Amino acid sequence: MEKIKDLLMQHPFFKGLPKERLDLLAGCGSNIHFKKGECIFKMGEESNHFYIVRKGRVSLEMDGAQHGPIRVQTIEEGDILGWSWLIPPHKWSFTAFAVEDVNVTALDGQCLRRKCEEDHDLGYELLKRFSAVLAKRLEWTRMQLLDVYGANA
Amino acid sequence: MRKESHLVEETVDPMVPRPFVVRESREETRDAFTLTLEPQEANGAPAFEPGQFNMIYVFGVGEVPVSISGDPRQPEVLVHTVRAVGGVTRALQKLGPGDIVGVRGPFGSAWPVDKAKGKDVVIVTGGIGLAPLRPAVCQILGQREKIGKFALLYGARTPKDILYREQLGQWRSNLDLQVRVTVDNATRDWYGTVGVVTILIHKARFDPANTIAMVCGPEIMMRFVVQELIKERMREQDIYISMERNMKCAVGFCGHCQYGPNFICKDGPVFRFSDVRHLFGLREI
Ligand SMILES: Cc1cc2nc3c(=O)[nH]c(=O)nc-3n(C[C@H](O)[C@H](O)[C@H](O)COP(=O)(O)OP(=O)(O)OC[C@H]3O[C@@H](n4cnc5c(N)ncnc54)[C@H](O)[C@@H]3O)c2cc1C
Repeated sequence: MEKIKDLLMQHPFFKGLPKERLDLLAGCGSNIHFKKGECIFKMGEESNHFYIVRKGRVSLEMDGAQHGPIRVQTIEEGDILGWSWLIPPHKWSFTAFAVEDVNVTALDGQCLRRKCEEDHDLGYELLKRFSAVLAKRLEWTRMQLLDVYGANA
Repeated sequence: MRKESHLVEETVDPMVPRPFVVRESREETRDAFTLTLEPQEANGAPAFEPGQFNMIYVFGVGEVPVSISGDPRQPEVLVHTVRAVGGVTRALQKLGPGDIVGVRGPFGSAWPVDKAKGKDVVIVTGGIGLAPLRPAVCQILGQREKIGKFALLYGARTPKDILYREQLGQWRSNLDLQVRVTVDNATRDWYGTVGVVTILIHKARFDPANTIAMVCGPEIMMRFVVQELIKERMREQDIYISMERNMKCAVGFCGHCQYGPNFICKDGPVFRFSDVRHLFGLREI
């Protein structure tokens, strides 16, 4: 657990969180390895984790109907993966695959939600940080929608 | 930075095209191709600086500005990578070995490779925007010891739209050049990064206080890239962009590409961002 706490302490996402709160978060954490090609989670399934990618590349995919699965984003070393644990109905909105061998620290969503309910200051700190991640992802998605390199660009 | 008419040989009338023979036409992607041209006359292809462009005339069809995308250290031939979008570029796409085109140039300003000495360089390109920057990459690699960290960040629509795949692979094997490529979306046979080109900026290693950035791509993309570079604490005067807007004469006579005091053809296409911030985002007139 100490190792997970050290990792959280060094990660920019948790910057500024006091030690006691990092202790609380680290209590919900575990390290997991996914082999290249392994499915990390599936769209529509219950979302009970968020991940800090320590090594490797994860792809987020959507079903592109007749085009098959489409990779819409990759999440790489140092990035945060997954926010569905925070927002009801707690279902994944993408499918995630390990494009390479991937090491993550996984934080248990149910454990986190419980701790956030008990400690609203912790909840607020986490919400602020996840809102920033979500805003960034929304901005990127809008840029993708503009299709800047498309035939009519 | 400004390149005036001294780059055009004194004896050559900049309004008269010189005949060039197509030596090779090579398909790069589904809509982009690279032409290698040789002068029909014996006096060789004119020297150029990275960032400059030529006016290429397809006889009976029309003339278009196209950046030079070859290696400035191999000036015997002219290399242009073109995306077929309309009348003239589609006519260029149909040309094959032995066909003749008219060429005027080179014209315009250059990427500030000299200003980058002793500094880090970050090149951010998107789509066909890699073509005008390829000569700058070649020139920098030819004097690599004079530059600090060097990052080339490239975004394309899909893996099929990536230009110069082979050369990107070679560049990537240079341990002192960070090459990162991303695509806007992909199928499962792509194992690389997916996402817009701005996501690469934060991951590249460079010192924002001592870096020259060169940015080329569609204007919307350049706007987001410039914003991100400034967020990373780069100064506006260290960011250079290429404004590739429509033009006609290429020598500052006709006013077709004039914005206030600036002519894109002769003051640009490469501008310091701080000098053209006010034009950025303005639609063509
Ligand atoms: C300095 C400069 C350097 C350039 N370098 C390159 C290059 O290296 N490779 C390359 O493929 N193209 C380059 N271009 C763009 C190229 O000149 C245009 O694509 C070309 O003029 C289109 O002519 P057309 O007759 O084929 O198409 P048109 O029938 O004139 O236009 C077809 C479509 O392309 C759009 N279009 C026309 N000109 C431009 C432009 N400048 N930028 C974006 N969209 C345009 C039009 O709005 C229209 O939608 C450059 C332009 C400039 C000004």
